[in-house]
Order: sequence, then structure tokens, then C-alpha cells
Amino acid sequence: MASLIRCPHCGARPKEEFTIRGAAVTRPQPDAGEDAWYAYVYLRDNPMGPFDEYWHHTSGCRRWLVVSRDTRTHETYGVRDAAAVAGESRS
Amino acid sequence: MTAYRLGQGGRIDRSRTLGFTFDGTALSGHPGDTLASALLANNRLLVGRSFKYHRPRGVVAAGAAEPNALVTVGSAGRREPNSRATMVELHDGLRAESQNRWPSLNWDVGALNGFLSPFLSAGFYYKTFMWPASFWEKLYEPFIRRAAGLGRASYHADPDRYEKVWAHCDLLVVGAGPTGLAAALTAGRAGAEVILADEASEPGGSLLFDSASVDGQPAGQFATQILAELATLPNVRLMTRTTVFGWFDDMVFGAAERVSRHVSQPLPGQPQERLWRIVAKRAILATGAEQRPLVFPGNDRPGVMLADAAVSYARRFGVGVGRKVAVFANSDAGARTAASLQAAGINVVALVDARVGHPAAVTVPRIFSGGVVSGTSGSRALGAITVRHAGGEDRFEADALAMAGGYSPRIHLACHRGGKPRWSDAHQAFLAPEGLAGLTLAGSAAGARTLGECLSQGAAEAAAVVADLGHTGTAAQFGAVDGDVPEGSVRALWHVPGGKAFVDFQNDVTVKDLGLAVREGFSDVELAKRYTTTGMATDQGKLSNVNAIGILAEARGVSPAEVGTTTFRPFYTPVSFGALTGSSTGHHFQPVRRSPLHGWAEKHNAVFVETGLWVRSSWFPRQGETHWRQSVDREVKTVREAAGLCDVSTLGKIEIFGADAAEFLNRVYCNAFAKLPVGKARYGLMLREDGMIYDDGTTSRLDENHFFMTTTTALAAGVMNHLEFCAQTLWPDLDVRMASSTDQWAQMAIAGPLSRAILQVIVDEDLSDENVPFLAAKTVSLFGGQLEGRLYRISFSGELAYELGVPAGFGEAVADALMEAGEPHGICAYGAEALGVLRIEKGHVTHAEINGTVTAEDLGFGRMVSQKKVDFIGKHMLEREGLVDAERPRLVGVKPLNPEQSFRTGAHILAKGAEATLENDQGYVTSSAFSPHVGSTIGLALVTRGPDRHGEEVVIWNALAGETVPGVLCDPNFVDPSNEKLHA
Repeated sequence: MASLIRCPHCGARPKEEFTIRGAAVTRPQPDAGEDAWYAYVYLRDNPMGPFDEYWHHTSGCRRWLVVSRDTRTHETYGVRDAAAVAGESRS
Repeated sequence: MTAYRLGQGGRIDRSRTLGFTFDGTALSGHPGDTLASALLANNRLLVGRSFKYHRPRGVVAAGAAEPNALVTVGSAGRREPNSRATMVELHDGLRAESQNRWPSLNWDVGALNGFLSPFLSAGFYYKTFMWPASFWEKLYEPFIRRAAGLGRASYHADPDRYEKVWAHCDLLVVGAGPTGLAAALTAGRAGAEVILADEASEPGGSLLFDSASVDGQPAGQFATQILAELATLPNVRLMTRTTVFGWFDDMVFGAAERVSRHVSQPLPGQPQERLWRIVAKRAILATGAEQRPLVFPGNDRPGVMLADAAVSYARRFGVGVGRKVAVFANSDAGARTAASLQAAGINVVALVDARVGHPAAVTVPRIFSGGVVSGTSGSRALGAITVRHAGGEDRFEADALAMAGGYSPRIHLACHRGGKPRWSDAHQAFLAPEGLAGLTLAGSAAGARTLGECLSQGAAEAAAVVADLGHTGTAAQFGAVDGDVPEGSVRALWHVPGGKAFVDFQNDVTVKDLGLAVREGFSDVELAKRYTTTGMATDQGKLSNVNAIGILAEARGVSPAEVGTTTFRPFYTPVSFGALTGSSTGHHFQPVRRSPLHGWAEKHNAVFVETGLWVRSSWFPRQGETHWRQSVDREVKTVREAAGLCDVSTLGKIEIFGADAAEFLNRVYCNAFAKLPVGKARYGLMLREDGMIYDDGTTSRLDENHFFMTTTTALAAGVMNHLEFCAQTLWPDLDVRMASSTDQWAQMAIAGPLSRAILQVIVDEDLSDENVPFLAAKTVSLFGGQLEGRLYRISFSGELAYELGVPAGFGEAVADALMEAGEPHGICAYGAEALGVLRIEKGHVTHAEINGTVTAEDLGFGRMVSQKKVDFIGKHMLEREGLVDAERPRLVGVKPLNPEQSFRTGAHILAKGAEATLENDQGYVTSSAFSPHVGSTIGLALVTRGPDRHGEEVVIWNALAGETVPGVLCDPNFVDPSNEKLHA
């Protein structure tokens, strides 16, 4: 697990300031159907390697972030604001 | 062995004497001594008993790797077990006690284990304590527990403070020996921010006892000169007594600074220890190398110690470890040791060199080329040794034996992030993994063998780092090194066959134990460690691991490279719980949240209860009330008949703004919010995506684009996080912003039929039902315009009721004014207990019911769930089979048939006449209270088809308490079911 997270708003901050929610999965459209919703709510990958997660800078700027890290090396190679990520996936 | 204080030499201050005690005996030493050197100076050779066989043991090392000399230091709350005597600095009044012995160190009953040793071999516990199973609890476990551990922890509270601190630097240099000093000097001169950390009290490392000289200066003087220059560089911070114990991700290092352990109690304002987290752009490990013991029969007798330790005691502490010292080595370190000891005036009687054909450049009475020590004798200390050589065996007197078995670079930190060490045949040692980003090793930690190499490597590595970081600087240059005797060729000598030879002193692991592990199939290094316990406990095998690997390799007929090492993990040396805990102890373990109305509650004699971080007023006893129920019953009745005031400031409060705030609320609540009119409050139900209820509360529309949400006390933070998640990740296109205002508002509930009249005294606006109807929410003027507040006509009690919010700082004054206004009406303060009774009487739910397993339908809120909305959190899982099952437990009231009987929360519901079994369980009581209104205990319960069974007789079954109470299911609204009072 990383020791420092480079928050795009606050800079490098200790991981204790953050709360991890888990995999950064995309919420399905309302009409996506039962299977898509079931997968969204219950099914999670447990990848060995690159992994995107939602982290909340709870004791900092209170922004939700998408932290990209490698579960094997603990390397953190990307920290982006979740709103920006959501914007990208929509456009 | 007869150890003694030398007549001269050492870095101790002989002008001052320090008194200390060991096992109650008064002894003395000098400033600069460690407990170990002071004990040796007093000829106290036996300092501890080994873990398993309780064998007499003496000091082996002079530093952090010491496996034997573990003592308990201090008393009461400052009692510190398992302290390494080699790291404990002597101070006046120090109290030390030996461990793992009874009744005394000299006469130890546990030593009988030594006679049982044929039966106590590796895996003994696994093999012996197998059967019968019934023996475990009464016999085996107590026995193992009593035998386990060495020192005993104190039962007293630690009186001292501990701190946690962050530090940042360009370069962290770990170890202030020759390599570290050269590195720090180079980087410091170049202007880099440098932290130089060393675990010892005095920086200098091996320079403090090395007999070589640099540029004509003795090594110690050379160290002093470099330290003097470092002290002039403001960008270099030297941290002594600071052990860097771990290398963590993102170049964060953990370090423990023993700020006050060298004095009897911390200086004013100083902590006992400080835990550092050091963020370094780069780091150089200049941690040196650990000398290895040799494994030969009788090698654990007090008096047998590492060669460098013997030299260190002589040259640094002015202590001769014996009057007749023998040296045993497998390299030129033997001749070097003999020469160093002789130069300090110590009598060396023999040099045993395991190699053939390496003539020693030293004059010693007995020199054995190609010889090995094959035995030792002496009762509690070394008296004689036996040397086996080509010409046979010689036995002669020796009271100390200095052993040099080669060096193992201290690579621990370099392996903490998962890198695997590499075996080097040339070094006969494991070296650090290659390609470590940000961290390099230099000096003997990297396999360097001479002082000159250490100095030049340290300087060169630092020069490379600073250049990389954009500074300009050159590697520090030092004069010629003179008198340095390199180790030369090393003969791999993993063990000398014969009698009992110890590999791991602390865990009493012998060569035979490792052989047994291999024969029984536990030859993998990780298995062998666990089977034999080699490398475990406080020293983590600093001296033993490589020897154990060598012996395993020999037994398996492979190279140590193939055996490999066990995993290196933090901590390098033990770190106290105090340091890790920091200031988070006792009252400071977590923050205490007091309501803005805490002072008001205190004035009314409140009894407080801790709920999470909050301190809430629970009830308010009055004169003559001796039982809490008397107070709570009175408070409940007063609210139903007159009026009461309750502090509800702990409820979560969130201000929500934005053009899309209404749409946002519409999506996070399952019921409709888009069309909530300005000036109105609405009860809202929040679901989780899996369809279960998450939280509830009221949300008011104060303005077109401004809402005020309340949450339950328990989930105030959780709901805030949830709303932020929804706004930022799910619907970032919505124009909505929110802020928690829980701590900004003092909020009070004024409930009861007379609440309107009381409130009207301080509220300027007309409070008539027409002007402020049920669920009105508006900003009001108070005290003739002196203050503004927010008034909500909402009710948790079922009575005519309001909640009034005022800025937190005014809370107590406003509550006082309301109590004064209410006095003629008989107002009372009521607490969380009465609030609970009032809500149970009305069938209102809290998290006792919203326990993560209930749906809106379960609680009778089915009609609230919007059918029109396309989307809201939790909508899409609601139709699953399990969630619409007609048999689901649903909310219902329950009361005893006989009002004299009562039942408790958690009791289960059985159909009348059904056998009391789990199969017949139909649900359980979620909340219960004595209802003064009903005149009996009442409860809310989640029961299969509960709402369809009002009037049905059931059995309330509490198997834990052995209680069975006949009861009846009923409407959960026990008071005023038509809600007339609410709308009055």
C-alpha cells in the first residue's frame, strides 16, 4: 500500500488522510438491466496488477479521487479527480 | 572469564562515576558506558538465561544484534522488558534485572530443561502437545504460556509522553559510521537537505573502536573532525539514538528516536520516544555489516563473544573482556583482532585460524593454522577451550574467546519492499537486491571490506545522488588510511562438528535441530525457521540467520544461494508500543465531541452517556429520584402532558446548495424531493444501492436552491461522504455543493402540548398552526430581532413539537431562555433515554431497526418509495425475489399479555404454542422500553408478516436469559394512532 498519495488538489499527503472505497466501477444506466446492476452492486475483480480505486480525501479537500495503483508493486501511477474521470468517460 | 576495566583508554568519562543495580546488587560505571560494558567492567559475565534450556549466557555483541543480554530496565510504568544491555546507556540510578530465571540468575530451576534437551528438540511442541485433546486447556496451554516469552511487561500505566513527527529531506543517510559520515559530508557540502540517522548514542560507528588511522589521525579523532564540520552545515541534521526501522512505499522511512531512554526520566517538555516518518528523495544505506559468530561445540558459554565486540569493549569502553583471551576466526579478522586487543593492553593467549597457509602478522603464544575450536569448558563462564588441529587436540586455559565468522552486510531495510537478497560467493554473504529505486547501499553494507573503500564509496554514492538531484558537489576526499587490516580470504566454515553447537542463541537452536528439520522434510528456509524457531524473537536472527542458511545448504548439499533467506520485514529492531501509539492513549485515544448544549445539560444535572465520539445527556435526575427509570418516566410524562426540551445537536446537519440541489436530493432519497416547497420539511429515506435502507432524516427547503438535511447521529459522517461520492463521481454534471454544519448549529427539540406557548415567548413570528403548520421550516427572528434561528415543526415524540436551531455559540443562552419561559408551564429537560421511550411509543424507527437488513417495505415505508422516478440510489435492486418475499420480517409492535411482565431487546418471537427452537424463530425485538403511557414494557419488532398479525398472541423468547413471556403483536404506534396531537 502506498504511503503517500499525490492528491491533484493538495499534493503528496499521507495515506491516513484518505478513505478507500474500492474498485472504481461505473454506475450503470437506469435501464441497464438486472445483470448489469447485479454486477455493479456485488461483483468485483481482484486483479493482480493495475487497479483503479475510489479514494476519498476525507481529511483533506474532501474530493473523491480515482487512484491507479499496481497491487503487486504498490506503485501509484495516477491520481485524478473522480469528477474529471467521470467527465472523460462520458465524452 | 575475568573481565575488568582497563587502566586507560576508551571513550568513557572516567572522572565521573554512575551508580546502578543489577538484580539488586549495587554496581558502578562511567558516562559513556552501556549497561553491557558496565556489567563486563564489574566482571558480571552471566547476564541472562536462554529461552528454552535456561542455559547461562553472557554478552555476545556490542550493538543492536545482541541475542543474549536481554534485561528488564526500570520500574513501575517505566519498566521495559527485553532491553538489549548493549544498547542501554548507563545512567545514574539505572535499575536492571535479569530475565527468564527462577529463583535467581545463578540458580535457575528452569535449567533442568537442559537435562531434558534430548526430548526438547525442534518441533517438540508440535509433537508432544498433540493428545489427548482434553489436556489442552488445563495442562498444555498453561504450561506453554508460562514457558513463553522472556521479560514480563509492566501492569502499570506508562507515565511518559510519546510523539509522532514527519520529516522531509533530499537525502537520508542511515548509519553514521565511516560510510555514512563521508556520504553526509559530501551531500551536506553540496547544499542538499540531509538527515543522518544513527541508532547509537554516539555517531561514528566502527570509527569509535577501529585501530586504523586516516590521514595520520586516529579513527576516533577523524570521526570527531567530520562531525564538527557537519555541525556547521545547517542543511545537515544529525539524529542520534534514532533507529531507522523500516523502508516503506514512496520513500517513506520509519524511525524511532529514543529521546529520553538514556536518562532516568524524560526532561521537562521532552517525550520518552519520538516516532519519525521521514520522506526522503533519496536514501543511502550505510548500515555496515554484522559480524557472524562461529558455530562450534560449547559456543554459547559466557565469555565467548564476537571479535569486533571484544575490540569495541576494549577500545571504546576501556574494558578487557578477559585476562587470557583466545581468538577464533576463518579470515584475517583473527590476526586483526589479536593485534587490536594487544594494542589495548589485553593478554591474547591463542589465535585459532580455520584456514591453512595464512601466516599471521602478529605474535601470540599459540597460533593454530587450520585449527578449530572443538569444545569449551567452565561452569558459568569460560575456563578453557579445546582446539582441534592437524596435530591432534590441545586444551588450554582461556577466559574469553573472540570469534570472527565473516561479515553479513546489514541489508534489512533494502529488502523491506519485497526485494530478494542475492548470495555472493566472493563475500560469503547475502547482498542487497539490485535495482532499488531511490535507495543505494554503500560501504560494508554493500560488501566493502576496508575503511578506505567505505569512505570513498560513501562519498561517491552521495556525490551521484546530489548530482541527480541537481546540486553541484564533488565526493569528499580523505587522506590515506593506515593500519587497516582487511578480512582477506574467508573460509566457509558453517559449523564445527562435535557436541552441542548453537546457531541461534536466543532461541536455543542447535546444528542438530536444523539437521532434524531437514531430515523431517522442513528443509525449506521458511519452514525450517518455523519448525526450529531459528531467527525468531527479539533479535530476528541478526547473528544466526546466515549461519542457519549455510548449515541448511550443507545439509541439503546445495549453495546458500539456493536456500535463500526468509523474508525481511519491518521492524529492524523492536519498537516500543509507546512510540507506535504516540499521543493516542487514554483520554486522547479519540476526540471527545461535546454538544454546544453540554453546559446547559450540566446545569440541569444531566447524566451523560458516550455514544460514539459524542457525550450525550442521557437523563436529568431531580431531587428524590434514586433510579434512572424514575427520571425517565417523569421526563416522558412531562413531554406528553406539558413540554420538554431535548438536545438534538448531535444529529448530522448538511447544508446543500445549487441549482440542481433538488434534483440531487431526488436521486439520493427514495422518496420524492423535487417538488418540496420552500419553507417545508420532509422525512426522507436513503437507500443503499442494494436496496436496503441506509439512513433517514428530515430535509428542509430553506430557499429555492438551499436545502438543509439532517441525518442520524451515528451516520452523520457516513452520509456526508456518501453525498460527496454521489455528487462528485456519479453525477458531476449536477450543480450542487454541500457542507457539513453539524458543529455550527445548536439544535434543540421543544416537544409537548405546551411547546408552542413556550416557544412563542422567544420567537418573534406568530407560531399559530396556520402560520407554522406541521412540517413548516423557516428562518425566524428571536428575542425581538437580536438573533436569527431556524425553526422546523417536526416531531420524533409524536407530540406537537418543534426543533429550533441557533448558531452554536448561542445555544446555551437560548436553551436557558426557553427553560425560563417554560417554567410556568412545567417544562423539563429530557435526555436520550426519554427520547428513546417517546419514539418507541410512536413506532418511530432508529438504527436499531435500520440495521442494514431492512427495506422500506419492511418498516412500513413501502408507499414512500417512488414508482415514478427513473433513478435513485437503491432503486434497481428492489425487485429482487428476496426483497419482495411476503415472509420477510416486518415492523410490528409487541407487548406482554401481563403488564407486570417485561422482556428485553433482542428477544425472539415464536408463534404461540410453538416449540422454542431456532427453526420456529419468527423474528426479534429491535427496541424495547417501559412505556409510562401504556403502563407496561413495549417493543418494536421485526416479525414475519408482522403488520398482518396485529392482535395475535405470541411468545417472546429470550434463550440467553432463560425468559419466556406471553405477548401480543400490535400496531407499533402505541400513542395517539391518529396523530391528532402532532397536528394540534
